[in-house]
Amino acid sequence: MTVPASANVRQTLLSVENLSIEFGQGPSRKRVVDDLSFHIQPGETLCIAGESGSGKSLSALAIMGLLPKMARLPSGAILYDNQDLLSQSEREMQAIRGQRIGMIFQEPMTSLNPIMRIGDQMMETLKRHRIATGEAAWQRIRAMLDAVKIPKVSERLRQYPHELSGGLRQRVMIAMAMLCSPRILIADEPTTALDVTIQAQILELIRELQQEYDTGVLMITHDMGVVAEMADDVVVMNRGLVEETAPIRTLFSSPAADYTRKLLAAVPRLGTAPPLEERPEKPAVLEVEALNVRYPMRKKSLFEPATEVHAVNDVNFELYEGETLGLVGESGCGKSTTGRALMSMLNFEGSIKVRGRDIRGLKGSALKAVRQDIQMVFQDPFAALNPRKTIAELVGEPLLIHGRGSAEERTAQVAELLGKVGLPEADVMTRYPHQFSGGQRQRICIARSLALNPQIIVADEPVSALDVSVQSQVLDLMEDLQRQYNLSYLFISHDMAVVERLCHRVAVMFGGRIVEIGTRDQVLHNPQHPYTKRLLSAVPIPALDSKRDFRSLLADSQAPDPIRPKGQAIAPSQYDEVARGHWVAIEA
Amino acid sequence: MAVYILRRLAYAVLILLGVSFITYLLLYLIPADPARQLAGRSATPETVANIRAQLGLDLPFYQQYFRYLWDLLQGDLGRSYIQRTEVSALIGSRLVASSELLVWGIGFELLIGISLGVLAALKRNTAVDRALMTLSFVGVSSPHFIASMLFLYLFAVNLDWFPLGGYGTVHHILLPALTLGLLGSGWYSRMVRSSMIEVLQQDFIRTARSKGLTRARVIFRHVLPNAIIPVIPMVAIDIGIFIGGLVVVESVFGWPGLGQLAWQAIQRVDIPVIVGVTMISAVFIVFANLLADLLVPLVDPRINLDKT
Repeated sequence: MTVPASANVRQTLLSVENLSIEFGQGPSRKRVVDDLSFHIQPGETLCIAGESGSGKSLSALAIMGLLPKMARLPSGAILYDNQDLLSQSEREMQAIRGQRIGMIFQEPMTSLNPIMRIGDQMMETLKRHRIATGEAAWQRIRAMLDAVKIPKVSERLRQYPHELSGGLRQRVMIAMAMLCSPRILIADEPTTALDVTIQAQILELIRELQQEYDTGVLMITHDMGVVAEMADDVVVMNRGLVEETAPIRTLFSSPAADYTRKLLAAVPRLGTAPPLEERPEKPAVLEVEALNVRYPMRKKSLFEPATEVHAVNDVNFELYEGETLGLVGESGCGKSTTGRALMSMLNFEGSIKVRGRDIRGLKGSALKAVRQDIQMVFQDPFAALNPRKTIAELVGEPLLIHGRGSAEERTAQVAELLGKVGLPEADVMTRYPHQFSGGQRQRICIARSLALNPQIIVADEPVSALDVSVQSQVLDLMEDLQRQYNLSYLFISHDMAVVERLCHRVAVMFGGRIVEIGTRDQVLHNPQHPYTKRLLSAVPIPALDSKRDFRSLLADSQAPDPIRPKGQAIAPSQYDEVARGHWVAIEA
Repeated sequence: MAVYILRRLAYAVLILLGVSFITYLLLYLIPADPARQLAGRSATPETVANIRAQLGLDLPFYQQYFRYLWDLLQGDLGRSYIQRTEVSALIGSRLVASSELLVWGIGFELLIGISLGVLAALKRNTAVDRALMTLSFVGVSSPHFIASMLFLYLFAVNLDWFPLGGYGTVHHILLPALTLGLLGSGWYSRMVRSSMIEVLQQDFIRTARSKGLTRARVIFRHVLPNAIIPVIPMVAIDIGIFIGGLVVVESVFGWPGLGQLAWQAIQRVDIPVIVGVTMISAVFIVFANLLADLLVPLVDPRINLDKT
């Protein structure tokens, strides 16, 4: 690894030398990290990049001494402050953890103790390391929460994690990890579970804190956009092996390893999608008019006025035959609720016409008939397949429910469907979901959604849970199937680059409303609504010198409060047609 | 909150109504005749018929039941056939003794169950874990009447550590309470074990460890409080099972409580006493469940009763 000249004079904070990690013993022994070496200097960020199963998270846990008990470390050393962390006792490691090395994790929703107040969880760290007590400790905690830009700090201290949003929780995690001013901060996919605008804020925070405390940061990520933005040096890992170690500029300008090149090529980049072919006008297969979804809130006392959550407000759009419409927005904007309303999975107001037939209020066999035309693919292929059923049963289930064909005919049809999604092997049918990878499972889910020959497929974040290389394969498959069967997709996603790659038209949702809708190029390349602009500027770009303007993103834009008095009418949105087919909401 | 409690109280009335009906119906259907019991073996059929009419047992079932219900609404639990005193007075005189045994017994159940559960979870898949779990199985499968006789023989007769029976001092309560506690602790140790193992795998435990907290702090401040949450409603359900055990254990140890009263009443088909004790037990169970449901949100701030 070439070390920047300026850093030569600085002492290395942490060096990992020839680290290997193994699980199991004897013939079932498996090496999950092989011969990993790197160094971190103060104030420098080292990124370990790789896809799932690369061993990147385990390497981080090894530094913290938090590997599962079954793990063995056949070779290697982790040097910190002239001592090998691997030879420290548990008691000595406890003194280092949290005080010298802080860590933040991927899942802010589950990484805090749900039944302990935020303030107490932070205080605990200070007490453990005897940094401060009493009022001095509280002052330090408040200052740290201020530093991570948490509003209303005094109130937060008394709150429990579930009362905070994901973004706020991750800020609490960062504040907690930085509380003892550690020399090293390990961040394991710190922004993966967050929306892009929040992601940008969190990355900016880490950078600010790093500069202030001269912390060495070890960042673990699968996202080359985050790498481009944050890293000084990069280690690319693949299946436990180090593919390449290089300074950021070298890595992006002349990647040495094939794997790095593949990884970089697979990342969808906003603005690189090929131009769209001209599409002749086609009839609409789905018409949504004045769609409203409201959930009642339970009253807290007898005397309180009834309230309801306005999840979707006056949404209108059409989906044409053979077209992909992207529905984009951040979490809580109502995009998934819209998708579920289309499937009649919840009660709604307004009208949804599937091939000209209004589905509102349909029940029993009438609803069943409509569902043959509209099917769904879900985000998490691990959770969407019943683990106790074989693939043949899972894919054949829609046929069985709708009474299509005899048992033999169904088996033949399942085999055909599996062939179409690229799983032609004969033994696939008799296997169970856990025997397949994430990408394969999503293919199985797609095969299942195609079983009834639907016209419309609602795909809710179908590739978000997949590695980038697998993502592009699944997207290719979806495009092929669309051409072959003239399918219409409603593609719900938060990932702008994926949307650009797949969609013909795009609708942007914010606070339950569509704020902008138009062709892909109109919305993504010539955005008009301020929210669309903001969303696009927050997208990380996996290229050098394209760092996002974090500061403009740090100003929180709040969606309107979705909780309103029961029955309150919302004025329908007014739109301005800025170009043919390009509608932008007029903000009051 | 107030809405929630009112709703639950309304349910409680319905439950008690159901319990009274089922108990009354079962006692009506069993082939034992309280009038014959009272009259004795040598009584003439006329005497028996006379007693039956006196007690109102010759009336059709629904009339008997509504008469009972009507009295109940006025707070009258009826009179014992045998002891010729008010059932409410009988229950009142024994309530304290039974409550004492209930509190001590459940206290021991929790103490033994939670400690063994924590130990088993921390030593999971070792010999210690397997031994503890086998033991808990033996405990919950042992019939109360055999176990209490055995303990009585071993600890009171042979070893002479405890008095043979009776009521009054802490010394008297220890053996029956420990018997109940040991036998019932298996439910808790198994539940705490699996709950602990689940919590140990949570992300926030990794966070707690990454802060450098000691093992003891992680276990007692982060794992255990989260693992204990499902145990709270369990205690309320357990009270029902516990009262069943109480009937036997009180009789064996000569504990002057409701269980003993019920035992005597069942033997002599003393219907008002049986129904009275059953109703009081039902009240206990219903209120214990309500209390448990009100307690859970205090431990787990995510649970909001207004949303259930």
